[in-house]
Amino acid sequence: MTGRQLITDTQNTWCPGCGNFSLQHTLKNILAGLEQEGKSLDDVVLVSGIGCHAKIADYLNINSFYALHGRAVPVATGIKLANPELTVICCSGDGDSYAEGLDHLIFAAKRNIDMTVIIHNNRVYGLTTGQYTPTSPLGFRGKSTPMGTVEYPFNPLELMLASGATYIARGYTKKMDLLRTLIHDGIVHKGFAFIDVLQICATFFPLTDYYTPRVYELKDHDPASFDAACAKVKEWDYNSDAPIGLGAFYQRTLPTFDTRMAVKPVSDEERSRAVKMFLLSRS
Amino acid sequence: MNEVAVLVGGKAGDGINSAGAMVAQLLNRLGYYTYLYFDYPSLIRGGHNFAVIRGAERPVTSCRKKVDFILALNQETIEAHRNATGPETAVISNKDLVKGPGQAVPVHDILAAENAPEIMGNSALIGGFAKAAGIGWETVDAVFRAHIPKGTDLNLTVARRAYDLLQTVHTVSRRDMKPLPLLTGNEAIGIGMVNGGLDTYISYPMTPSSSLLHFLAEQKEKFGLQVVHPENEIGVILMALGASYAGKRVAVGTSGGGFCLMTEGLSLAGMAELPLVLLVSQRTGPSTGLPTYSGQTDLRFVMHAGQGEFPRLIVAPSDAADALYWSAVAVNIALKFQVPAFILADKTLSEGTYSVDLSSVPQVGREEPGTWDGALPYRRYADTPSGISPLAFPGAAGAVVKVDSYAHDEAGITTEDADLVEKMTKKRLRKWESLRQEMQAFPQVRVTGGAGAPAALLCWGSTRGVCTEVADQMGLRVISPAVLSPFPEKALKMALNGVDNLIAVEENATAQLAEIAIQHGIPVNNRVLLFSGRPFTPEDLLERVRGVLS
Repeated sequence: MTGRQLITDTQNTWCPGCGNFSLQHTLKNILAGLEQEGKSLDDVVLVSGIGCHAKIADYLNINSFYALHGRAVPVATGIKLANPELTVICCSGDGDSYAEGLDHLIFAAKRNIDMTVIIHNNRVYGLTTGQYTPTSPLGFRGKSTPMGTVEYPFNPLELMLASGATYIARGYTKKMDLLRTLIHDGIVHKGFAFIDVLQICATFFPLTDYYTPRVYELKDHDPASFDAACAKVKEWDYNSDAPIGLGAFYQRTLPTFDTRMAVKPVSDEERSRAVKMFLLSRS
Repeated sequence: MNEVAVLVGGKAGDGINSAGAMVAQLLNRLGYYTYLYFDYPSLIRGGHNFAVIRGAERPVTSCRKKVDFILALNQETIEAHRNATGPETAVISNKDLVKGPGQAVPVHDILAAENAPEIMGNSALIGGFAKAAGIGWETVDAVFRAHIPKGTDLNLTVARRAYDLLQTVHTVSRRDMKPLPLLTGNEAIGIGMVNGGLDTYISYPMTPSSSLLHFLAEQKEKFGLQVVHPENEIGVILMALGASYAGKRVAVGTSGGGFCLMTEGLSLAGMAELPLVLLVSQRTGPSTGLPTYSGQTDLRFVMHAGQGEFPRLIVAPSDAADALYWSAVAVNIALKFQVPAFILADKTLSEGTYSVDLSSVPQVGREEPGTWDGALPYRRYADTPSGISPLAFPGAAGAVVKVDSYAHDEAGITTEDADLVEKMTKKRLRKWESLRQEMQAFPQVRVTGGAGAPAALLCWGSTRGVCTEVADQMGLRVISPAVLSPFPEKALKMALNGVDNLIAVEENATAQLAEIAIQHGIPVNNRVLLFSGRPFTPEDLLERVRGVLS
């Protein structure tokens, strides 16, 4: 199918001003671009978790698996293992993949499976109406922490670097040109691509005025250097006041899990023969 | 002798299971139906392990209390199994480690004389056993050549030395039957699934399911299978559902604890209508329970697991031949109806070794379900009279394949519309009815023993063999459903025709099948329950059935 209508006619229920619109628009443009370059969108699959971000599965008119809270990444892993020809894009939230499904995220990075994980990181639970997430700053007052949180956020970029991700980037929903480049490069990257996207939650954590003066685009940074990446991802810890770098922090090419796990197909006859041989060996 | 029982005992790490397998193959080669029960504690080294091998003129799936031969690799074997021995029992022991009755094999001296490694010590004991059982050397030679591919000649030399030293005690006579494949229940499940066209097996290790993971991982290249061991059981089932969505025939395997973690994924399979096969091999619960012992405590759990209402197939094979058949059926049914299909096993079945007479197993191969005709737009959940929507997978030209964990419309887009939710729920549940009808063509309920007897044993899973053995002696009927969901009420009631005393025999403390039968209007008169983690012996079962009959 070419020139397909990329947005479904499903009614959109994100709040006005939600950063998810920017992400959807960005993905739509990237998909249209890929199609123009000759890629069939029949071979693209979008997997989402549960949360505001996940509605994107209903809104984008491509193959999709609208999964469970925290479980987008293992579903995406299964899809890629089953059919390595598919381009697998996994949209997930910070509550989704940093809390409920953190183990899967770490393991996907560890395996370097060829997929792209985009974290819609609004640093708050939106759909459950405002509780803290693993990246909310210390003291965040949410409905489950009315006196403020008493735990520090973790730094997802640092975590992904330690876990073995081979493409690590950070974007911002108010810097859409850069966001498009980062996600596009992640999709093109052969390996596990991770993009943490600072996404505005207009209703529960509207951080535009905080982010906009602090963000800057990485320059003179060598993403091939692990040590440089380690230093750079620590510049901002998702808690203290510091410049917030946007761009690709780390990228290298390594063998992918899906390639290494690929199975040589066996014909039905060969399989029956193998079964017969096995049964014979047991008698 | 027309029936023989052999016990092999030693400490964990002594290779008791493989020694037992060699004894089983000797009996197999002599023309006996063979069954091996392996008993081991949850540890790697030390502790007492034993295997009991029974050879008989007809298929057997249980072990009697008394044995004719004991192969003692350590002193504890003699002490721990006094109840299994009598004056007739022939003891063959390792002279270096065991003091006591019977014939001693000087294992150390034999190995030293042949300059053989310690690992070959068991070959000496097996050679000694063969002589004590009057088994011809040509049979020993053939079995060693077939089943010990490495260092065959040296193992045979070691075995021969012991063979020449010992005296024959009981002669196990040769029978006129060709050797049969000896398979563990898990191997049979694996072969059955492969016959049904399995593409992918995903599992996190958990006894007693792990040996299926090991078996398929070992054979994956020959069978053309993808075998994956992910981070945990949640990862297992979600990866499996991803692969299923992408068009693979997928199975997962676990035991009760791991299955607890899979229940959200199971419910997703129900809602998203993704085909999936699940092996749940029961062990003694609750919680960690007895990891290496058996139980039938998870029937109701598997039957009801997962939030919401959705159809599922549950088959509970009773032995390896049965597992071979039903596992292939499970793969095909899961795909045809786009439902989760359970193979409900237990430690006794999974890790027991059985003679499989392939001529008695109906052939089931890979069956192809109806697929999408290519008409656009593709609707993953198209409503149909059977409730089954035509399948297409991502990559199919022009198809936008959307699956969804939320309530959704026919295209797979989320909805909260009241009428649509009801319509789609009815569509899913219609598959339950279609499945129920489909399963009527299968041997859902099996009757063994005395077909017309008014007293009947009601059992499921691995206890069918021991029940049949006891029923044959007592003139009882045995009724055993192999399909437990959709519950085969009609077939069960037909099998019960003329029964006035129904005795539930189960390896659990609450008679789970009996309770389900009662819900379906089937009166259960008596219950014979065992929940020690050990399987029924024919003697104990007979005594307890006699107790409830009197």
